[in-house]
Amino acid sequence: MPEEELLLALAANPGQAFEAMVLCWQQRVYAFALRLTASPQDAEEIAQDTFVRAWRALSQWPPERIRAMRMKAWLYQIALNVFRNRVARRSLSVIPLDSPDGRPVFEPADDRRLRPDIAAESAELGRQVAASLTGLPAHMRVAVVLRYVEGFTYREIAEMLEQPEGTVKAHVHRGTRQLRDALQRERVEVAI
Amino acid sequence: MNMKRDHPTPRALVWALRNLSAVEPPASLLPAVLRLTDLADTFLPLETPVGNVFVAWSSRGITAVMRREDAAAFALDFTTQYQRRVIESDAQTDSALRSALEATIRGERKAPLPFDLHTLTDFEQAVLRKALEIPRGQVRPYGWIAREIGHPRAMRAVGSALKHNPIPLLIPCHRVVLSDGHLGQYAMGGTNIKRTLLTVEGAEPDVLETLAEHNIHFFGSDTTDVFCFPTCRHARRVAPQHRVTFSSVRDAEGRGYRPCKVCRPA
Repeated sequence: MPEEELLLALAANPGQAFEAMVLCWQQRVYAFALRLTASPQDAEEIAQDTFVRAWRALSQWPPERIRAMRMKAWLYQIALNVFRNRVARRSLSVIPLDSPDGRPVFEPADDRRLRPDIAAESAELGRQVAASLTGLPAHMRVAVVLRYVEGFTYREIAEMLEQPEGTVKAHVHRGTRQLRDALQRERVEVAI
Repeated sequence: MNMKRDHPTPRALVWALRNLSAVEPPASLLPAVLRLTDLADTFLPLETPVGNVFVAWSSRGITAVMRREDAAAFALDFTTQYQRRVIESDAQTDSALRSALEATIRGERKAPLPFDLHTLTDFEQAVLRKALEIPRGQVRPYGWIAREIGHPRAMRAVGSALKHNPIPLLIPCHRVVLSDGHLGQYAMGGTNIKRTLLTVEGAEPDVLETLAEHNIHFFGSDTTDVFCFPTCRHARRVAPQHRVTFSSVRDAEGRGYRPCKVCRPA
């Protein structure tokens, strides 16, 4: 459902349209939470909390406020707050790199648009990147995920994180730098 | 030793990061959200003496009990009737509730279950709460409920409230019978289902109907001069040689008997 249509439906009857909203956004919110935590269980709980908080707000807001909202930034902002609260409470579980049944917790996409030179690296690199992300400090991980995994602009991230745009850029830059270094170290170890 | 030192290109890294968003959410996420936001009820199936029964609940309490062939039929009827989604329970999460429901149906649990009756009128709620007071293995007439809730002339309204009981079995409207002593109808499947439930609970419906045919509606004890409904636990303790029968309250009181303070027949 297009976002504008979804907002109109939510404004008209939040109770009826909320399920459509969850269906529309659950994949992105869950994926975002998974990238931040690397734990499917924590990611599911964060996604649940996000939608529950979203519902509490939507069910109280007047229709005009719902119609005027920017859904994506708003939902990610809630998810981020839930994640930060959990980090603050240290309630995130130990990060597993594989699920209990031995399968990787992430499955890199089979994106046919990848150029051949990149495609050659993609599957293994995807696994390594997801694992290395969890080694970044939380503020860098959040900035890198919002910028490159979720595709927000620096300005949007700055608004979301309530930080100057320059700070966000610095965090993204240092985060990607550290990520590349971590990946290089992992490759060296693998090669040895 | 092969010292491979390739740094991933920035472009490869960005592509890898973008692809990380391609994960599927667990199927349990949407149902959990709908439950937590109270936008859907949850249900579980129970095996009972009268077949498959489905029990639904919200955060306020139990909302519905229906006897249906399968979960799909229940979900369809529930959604049609209540205009709400209903989601099958996670058996592990709700095992405590299942145990409580099963114990209640077996008569092994006395603690009240939480019921969500907020959509009913005050009168309907009063009728159903009074029906909850009828002990297992006993029955009371519609007129008893009407009198007990302070509306002695509202027997038809009591019948209507019981007919529309959204939580049969757990709110035991099957323990309410006609004022002439016959079993009467039962919304969750007719007289035969009512008979089965009363039999399982030890109310001896065949005996009750025989008494009704003989116009016997109360038992008394000639040692205590107290009269009761025939299923009252005190009436059942009266030895046959001391048992006296009455066709009406007036009949009993006219012969010097007073009503039992437990079953309150008058």
